[in-house]
Amino acid sequence: MVGIKSCGAYIPRYRLDRNIIYAAMGWLNPATYMAGEKAVANYDEDSISMAVNAGMNCLKGVDRSTIDGVYFGSISLPYKERQNAGIIATALDLRPDITTADFAGSTKSGTSALIAACNAIKAGAARNILVCASDCRVPKSGSAQEESYGDGAAAVLLGEGDVIADFQGAYSVSYDFVDKWMADTDKFEHVWEDRWIRDEAYNKFIPESISGLAKKCSLNPRDVAKACYPCLYLRDHATIGKRLGIEPAQIQAHMLDTLGDSGTAYSLILLVAALEDASPKDNIVVASFGSGSDALLFQATEKVGGMKGKRKEVKGYLASKNSLTSYEKYATFRNLIPADKGIRAESVAWEQKTLAWRYRRGLLALVGSKCKKCGTPQFPAQRVCVNPDCKAIDEMEDYRFSAKKGLLFTYTEDRLAFSINPPAIYGMVRFEGGGSSLFDLTDCESGSVTVDMAVEMSFRRKFADEARGTYSYFWKAVPEQV
Amino acid sequence: MGSIKDKVAIIGMGCTKFGERWDAGPEDLMVEAFTEAIEDAGIEPKDIEAAWCGTQFTEVNQGVSGLPMAEALKLPFIAVTHVENMCASGSESLRGACYAVASGACDIAMALGVEKLKDIGYGGLPDMALGASGKKDTLFSPNLTAPGAFAMLATRYFARYGLSPEVGKEMLAKVSSKSHHNGAMCEKAHLRREVTVEQIMNAPIIAWPLGLFDCCGVSDGSAVAIVVRADMAKKFRSDPVYVKALQIAGSSGEEVMYTDYDGTHVETTTRAAARAYEEAGIKNPREEISMAEVHDCFSITEAVTMEDLQFSPRGKVKEDIDAGRFNLDGEQPIQTDGGLKCFGHPIGASGLRMMYEEYKQLQGKCGPRQVKNPKYGMTHNLGGFPSRCVISTFIVGL
Repeated sequence: MVGIKSCGAYIPRYRLDRNIIYAAMGWLNPATYMAGEKAVANYDEDSISMAVNAGMNCLKGVDRSTIDGVYFGSISLPYKERQNAGIIATALDLRPDITTADFAGSTKSGTSALIAACNAIKAGAARNILVCASDCRVPKSGSAQEESYGDGAAAVLLGEGDVIADFQGAYSVSYDFVDKWMADTDKFEHVWEDRWIRDEAYNKFIPESISGLAKKCSLNPRDVAKACYPCLYLRDHATIGKRLGIEPAQIQAHMLDTLGDSGTAYSLILLVAALEDASPKDNIVVASFGSGSDALLFQATEKVGGMKGKRKEVKGYLASKNSLTSYEKYATFRNLIPADKGIRAESVAWEQKTLAWRYRRGLLALVGSKCKKCGTPQFPAQRVCVNPDCKAIDEMEDYRFSAKKGLLFTYTEDRLAFSINPPAIYGMVRFEGGGSSLFDLTDCESGSVTVDMAVEMSFRRKFADEARGTYSYFWKAVPEQV
Repeated sequence: MGSIKDKVAIIGMGCTKFGERWDAGPEDLMVEAFTEAIEDAGIEPKDIEAAWCGTQFTEVNQGVSGLPMAEALKLPFIAVTHVENMCASGSESLRGACYAVASGACDIAMALGVEKLKDIGYGGLPDMALGASGKKDTLFSPNLTAPGAFAMLATRYFARYGLSPEVGKEMLAKVSSKSHHNGAMCEKAHLRREVTVEQIMNAPIIAWPLGLFDCCGVSDGSAVAIVVRADMAKKFRSDPVYVKALQIAGSSGEEVMYTDYDGTHVETTTRAAARAYEEAGIKNPREEISMAEVHDCFSITEAVTMEDLQFSPRGKVKEDIDAGRFNLDGEQPIQTDGGLKCFGHPIGASGLRMMYEEYKQLQGKCGPRQVKNPKYGMTHNLGGFPSRCVISTFIVGL
């Protein structure tokens, strides 16, 4: 039985009320108004970092040594050359003898990655494949997309055997429908007329793929527990259901007014949300939209409830949020406003690739070492044990800190250090089970941090060196979210 | 344990005016301090057999090696060496000179410290990313600044001893206010204005809980010491100052990586100080050390250093601060020249500037700031951050 073994979403902490966007930019295009709020990545997040955090959520309790591949779907890939999926696989501390691939070019690339993974496992080419989908898109100021797009990620672990949802089949349609496009030199996407996209593509491709899937899998619309497909137009999202012969209750809640249109991640986040509430035998359809549409059918097994309490659910992410209170702050985070950062900000250290490669497991996977003689965990990895009563040389084994919780031993809010979100908050984290190091804190506000506060680790973009085309990633501490 | 007690004497010192010396490059600063020092020692430049130069931020300064110093001062083909141990670089250059004469390798040696900080284009020290930390550290560490790193000492100190932010900040404000009082009397000091405890507590925050007046001046400056073998010292002057102890301790990595560290003291200071007291034969530092110039880069550093040097019992420095123990008219005056806080902090020069004050105090030349009959003066020079640093301590006396 091939199917889903685990899954997890990641939704960034911050929300932007669309009224704030409209108040700032609505004068330009008055017809762009949308209700609700959208999730926005913090200044130190991008599609890769969110995918890693979704992956961490998905892989709780999973033996990572059995994962044979990582497929990453996104249309906001930080790197054009340097495989993005490879960064994710390294950050998740997976084995090197695995297959990694980026799926790009369309918002359906997340579901395409799901299909590819299911097929590879079915063919016996892999035991388990982690599919991540993530988008952090930056539309033009004042555009309708700026109102609708939200940021988020999802990760789905596919494999054979003990699955929580059995893969029943897939059906795809592919059309070179040019609703939105970006050429190789474009910073922003181009968009054709919205009404045409809605009538000629959105309302046709999704019904076509889901109908094709139903026919292929002999699925009666009445037997669908949840249909998960992106909501690009509120009224038409419901109309598609009617056209397919399914009731509103059978459609997975769209989250357009809470999360926003999260692009490639959208269908997978809906799938994760559906699985989190699914009962055994539930038929869950997931479909995407973009250059056509993919549709997949999964049937929940008796094990579907087993994920409860182990991972952070979509509902939890939606509930734990901070509001960004200014459009200008969002626009500065996304580099839409050339803000004055000062000369200190220009002192970006050159990430030496040789060095980053040598320390990749520490930097990307937060792997330190643990002394085999005295048992002391230490970060970064050491050759000589730091325990003053031990100091054993070359008696270390790898020790991964990324999933360890910790306490904030001490901290400061630094207004001299450059941060695009001042003050720069950082401190000393003491990990459960041992180990201590200094880390940046993120997703927290000035005045909200206290000594001995519980923290957990989150994968982030540490700095962006625009002159040398480098995004450096590392782990930061965030207040523990329960 | 080896010792250089009473083997080395300081016979001349010089120190520039510290401050934002827009008019002067590092070469000008070196010449200024050097001229004063050789006049004070009564020697000729050709008498110097070896010289050390301490600077931290060479990349925004005169550059690496001892050559910029040799060229600026036209030192005649002698041994010249650049040394660096972060903010303790000045003390490191003095160590080089002291060891040279203590070993008998030289009769007369020179230690120079210099830093030209105000050529970087922004406030504070040069950003870590410029290269002060190793490239590996830059990738792993937060982009921390000096005030942030020391603020973490205050945060934990307040939490451990149950000081509310107001009470803790008031304690620190008294430390800075005292130094402003002393610095105002010192012509060569960078910041020469009295500041009240209220003004200090209400100043803008730089790195919580430290505000503007909890932080020392960022300055340009240079200082020089001429040292000779102790048995020769009286040939040069009647009041040479003898080195009683010279001890350095560097972090082993335990403080950051091993969870035994309490975060409310500086381990290297306690280690270096204990060794220095042993070398100098001092049993009760609180009673025997007449005065000290400590590394008050931030008010919290001075407060914690009082405990680490055993001037105050652990956790009790607040009582001594409240009682005025460390004021100019107190039992154990600290920062009689205003300290880093007000005299300023041109990194490489600071260790030697501290010694300049102790030297002048022991010789009775400090006018309104003069400490009565000092026996032992101490310098404490910290390079790095509380949990990862080099400490250099000297004890000197007549």
